[in-house]
Amino acid sequence: MPDIQALVSDLASKLRKRRVQGSYETARLTAELLCAVILQHKEPTTNGAASLIEAVRRVGEQLIAANPVELAVGNIVRHVLHIIREEDLSPLTDIVGELKLSAEDDVEDIAEDENSQKSSATTDGCLLKPPLLLAVFEHLPDSATACQTFSSENIFAGKADKSAKKLKSELIKAVNELIEDINTCREGIAEQAMELIHQNEVILTLGHSKFVKEFLCAAKEKKRSFEVFIADGAPKFEGHILAKELDKKGLKAIVITDSAVFAMISRVNMVIVGVHAVMANGGVIAPAGLHVLALAAKKHDVPFVVVASTHELCSLYPHNLEVLLNEMRCPSELLNFEEFSDCIDYGIASSSSLLHVVNPAFDYVPPELISLFVTDIGGYSPSYIYRLIADYYSSEDLPPQQKPAS
Amino acid sequence: MGAQKKRAAAAAAAARVSEDPDDLARQPLQAILLADSFTTKFRPITLERPKVLLPLVNVPMINYTLAWLEAAGVAEVFVFCCAHSKQVIDYLENSEWFSQPNFTVKTIESHNIISAGDALRLIYEQNVIHGDFVLISGDTVSNMSLTQALQEHKERKKKDNNAVMTMIIKKSKPSPITRQSRLGTDELFMAIDPNTKQLLYYEDKADHSKGTICLDKMLLAENPSISLHNDKQDCYIDICSPEVLSLFTDNFDYQHLRRHFVKGLLLDDIMGYKIFTHEIHSSYAARIDNYRSYDIVSKDIIQRWTYPYVPDVKFCGNRATKLERRGICFTAFNSEIEQSRSAQVGSFTVIGYGTKIGSNSKISDSVIGEGCTIGSNVLIEGSYIWDNVIIEDGCELRHVIVCDGVIMKAGAVLKPGVVLSFKVVIGERFVVPAYSKVSLLQQPTVHDSDEELEYADNSSGTVEFSSIQGTADQSNGEMTSESSEAHKPKLGTGGVGYIWSICEGGQEEEWRHSVAPIPEDKLTELSEAMDDDQELVTQDRTALSTSGELISDSNASEGDDNEDSKDDSVYFEKEVEATFLRAVEENVKVDHVILEVNSLRLSYNMTSADCAGAVFYSMMKLAIKTPHSSASELQQNTANIITTWQKLLKSYLLEIDEEIEIILKFEEMCLESAKEFSPLFARILHILYDKDILQEDAILRWADEKEGADESDKVFVRQSEKFIQWLREASEEED
Repeated sequence: MPDIQALVSDLASKLRKRRVQGSYETARLTAELLCAVILQHKEPTTNGAASLIEAVRRVGEQLIAANPVELAVGNIVRHVLHIIREEDLSPLTDIVGELKLSAEDDVEDIAEDENSQKSSATTDGCLLKPPLLLAVFEHLPDSATACQTFSSENIFAGKADKSAKKLKSELIKAVNELIEDINTCREGIAEQAMELIHQNEVILTLGHSKFVKEFLCAAKEKKRSFEVFIADGAPKFEGHILAKELDKKGLKAIVITDSAVFAMISRVNMVIVGVHAVMANGGVIAPAGLHVLALAAKKHDVPFVVVASTHELCSLYPHNLEVLLNEMRCPSELLNFEEFSDCIDYGIASSSSLLHVVNPAFDYVPPELISLFVTDIGGYSPSYIYRLIADYYSSEDLPPQQKPAS
Repeated sequence: MGAQKKRAAAAAAAARVSEDPDDLARQPLQAILLADSFTTKFRPITLERPKVLLPLVNVPMINYTLAWLEAAGVAEVFVFCCAHSKQVIDYLENSEWFSQPNFTVKTIESHNIISAGDALRLIYEQNVIHGDFVLISGDTVSNMSLTQALQEHKERKKKDNNAVMTMIIKKSKPSPITRQSRLGTDELFMAIDPNTKQLLYYEDKADHSKGTICLDKMLLAENPSISLHNDKQDCYIDICSPEVLSLFTDNFDYQHLRRHFVKGLLLDDIMGYKIFTHEIHSSYAARIDNYRSYDIVSKDIIQRWTYPYVPDVKFCGNRATKLERRGICFTAFNSEIEQSRSAQVGSFTVIGYGTKIGSNSKISDSVIGEGCTIGSNVLIEGSYIWDNVIIEDGCELRHVIVCDGVIMKAGAVLKPGVVLSFKVVIGERFVVPAYSKVSLLQQPTVHDSDEELEYADNSSGTVEFSSIQGTADQSNGEMTSESSEAHKPKLGTGGVGYIWSICEGGQEEEWRHSVAPIPEDKLTELSEAMDDDQELVTQDRTALSTSGELISDSNASEGDDNEDSKDDSVYFEKEVEATFLRAVEENVKVDHVILEVNSLRLSYNMTSADCAGAVFYSMMKLAIKTPHSSASELQQNTANIITTWQKLLKSYLLEIDEEIEIILKFEEMCLESAKEFSPLFARILHILYDKDILQEDAILRWADEKEGADESDKVFVRQSEKFIQWLREASEEED
């Protein structure tokens, strides 16, 4: 247990000091840490799942507090909680199935989208029902907890001893699958490149996203020939890195400035970008500058495609107060402190310098500007995102801060 | 026993050698953090709390330094505590720094240390530093990455064992008006070799009144290229090799890191130790040296230049704050503040946890600590208010520092630059004058302007105070009523505390280092003074250049164009002229003037011909400066001066060559600097002949020499043709 605590505080401090950044990296590390937490967790004989949920949530809260801007941390924590709840419920399904809960028809079409661990856990997809319903009717959390207590105490109590170990091993398996998914999500996304990128097309992207790079490279490998415009993505100019990488792969790339996107957009067939997080309403949190690009694409009716993996799906809405949507980064990325050191002198005459630098990291792009999401589990329209989220997260975990400690 | 020891040592040495290449890379990086600045700039606050624990944007300073050290990959930090060591150690023990994985903080405590030099000597004795280390003081804020600087340092060290230190510098333009950097430190002059980045010269106490700095000639002679900077800021972050500690031990008189150690190493070429610089560009580093830099660095932090060490990031045990948008810019807030609806909190303000703000109060560009109570109609501008301060209705605070537990009664006003130390009470409607410092403790009476002594006083004074403080506090508790009675008139009704008198000579400089911005009138005053200075300098330069030309020409005619001697002769001539003018003004006896000129001649290693030329030049200059209306009057003046001073001139005219020199000099003057003489050339030549200063041989030889010269050179020969003719005839007759 102290071992785990050290690991947790280590990751927390890394997040806090902004040494781990980017949704992919944070998601992977969080999932690995949570896996260790589950592995080390000593379960009480009764109520194993509840105490496990509690432990994971506690760790999750620490990590989320460490850097609230990295939404991927919260996503993974909630997803793991969701897995635990499901694994906890799955033995129940037999019993519940006998009790004849209906509405199976509704669920069947979703079952095919489900991850393998879920379909292996259940035969008829009945387990999908509670989270789905609750996500749609969010004002019903009471029934959820009722269901929870009902399940764990009354029916499940007798089998607790036997199933505790089974639960844990199932969980470890499921979480390992999750880690595996995170590691392979890029390939999943890249597989769809052929369907979206056509011969002799012109693609525009902004900044540098690993997903976009893999996506483009996958199309190239299948002998598609196309051109890529790269907006360089001020102030970090990561577009230059992408240009270099594409050049190595033999792709024709043209670097433009961010401010030239509107001029170029009319020649472009499709915009493909990577994002920081996908919100529950289908909007995205993306590197600064994307909103302008999205508006330009809308104006010229150019498809605006977002590539995102499932761990970037965030169950929060952009209007939630708990979400820290933006981070103000260091002004020295924009301005050279040395050159302006005489302008930023507060000591002379007027107390405050007149020169200020604001360097936000992210933009929010509303869902109506987005044409398509390409995820590792397929392509979706923005209006479908809330359904995906319901598949991935339990409503009980939604705003973790507001949840009273149970 | 002995043999055993030897073997062990040999084994250790062998191990060290074998490990060496990767050892350098693998060895955990150590750091020495001096939790004492050994100065008194932050008095009176530092009498009660060590500087490193003073809150900087609501976080004790030392946290910024430790957080940076940790992020920079330092594995072990030795915190050296001296003044108020107990407070520092207690703080660190209760903080999370002691429980960090991969980051150990150890404290070293000592009470009788009076300087950074002593501290390093003590650390050397303890033998805890094994490799390269970072030397930093606990009041430094930075976000730079050490990797590159460390790499450079190690590579240099491998090549050259004498490269003992790498100093981090950053470009920052000093203000041309105040001659100080934005951090309120004096303008710093550095000479750096642009190729190797070696530091060759370091001067932080240059005399600005002259507008010049003097460099050693050797500096220019020995280095193929050298770049001089006045726009570099010393970040006070040094990467040192272990030799630095032993150097401090060897030179037991080194006290100050820069003034003694750096300058000492630069001057001492026997050991050949070298200091190099590493310039950082995009990252931030600054040391809080005085109240001004406290203000500036706080504002830099709020404006996020120190990212990720900013208020809304939880980089140490601090409570993270939330940013809220105010207009375009951002204000950091804690969620649990009680703010009246009508209160206006402006941008770039940080407000601590649990603070209450009353109605119609205006706050801008300020930092307010935790648990403060601010009444209504209060105006706070550019101020730093620490924890648990009570400010009653209608107070005004502009550019001040208010420490913990201060109470300001209704209507009190703090003028810019005021510092209120802990628990001071300001009476109702009392106006604290600008730049005053108020403390519960009385001002220590010892004041020595001598710098060395200042060190001694400072720390011993501080230590004394810290020991007394305990009792003082207790007695204060009981005596507050009495003392407040006694000092009622000083801080208004109900006021508690002493206003420290500003030490003599300090008043003038107070505005330089204060939290308050430099007032407008001071700036105009300074810029006017500077303009005057510049005029003076340019005047000097023109004077220099003309006389310089004169000399160089005369030297050229002698076929002597050695640069050095030309320079010397310019100075020599100037000195002679000055001596002569003084002699004229003060009626000095001719013999004495001769003596003085002779001594000048010896010191500049000049010939008597040079003396004659210089003396004659000064005489003619005097003549032309004497007011005159016509040419004849000028001639009369010249004649008078020559008559008065002929003895002086004659004493240098030992041979005919000197006399010719005088004629040449005169000719030159007529052509260039004193054209008024040109019509009078022949006449003055005659006067000189009459007074027996010039002999006919000299004049004739001069005429002969000129025979073969260009037409343009013959102007004066022709002018005095008659006179020469007459001389020739006279000499023939004699024959």
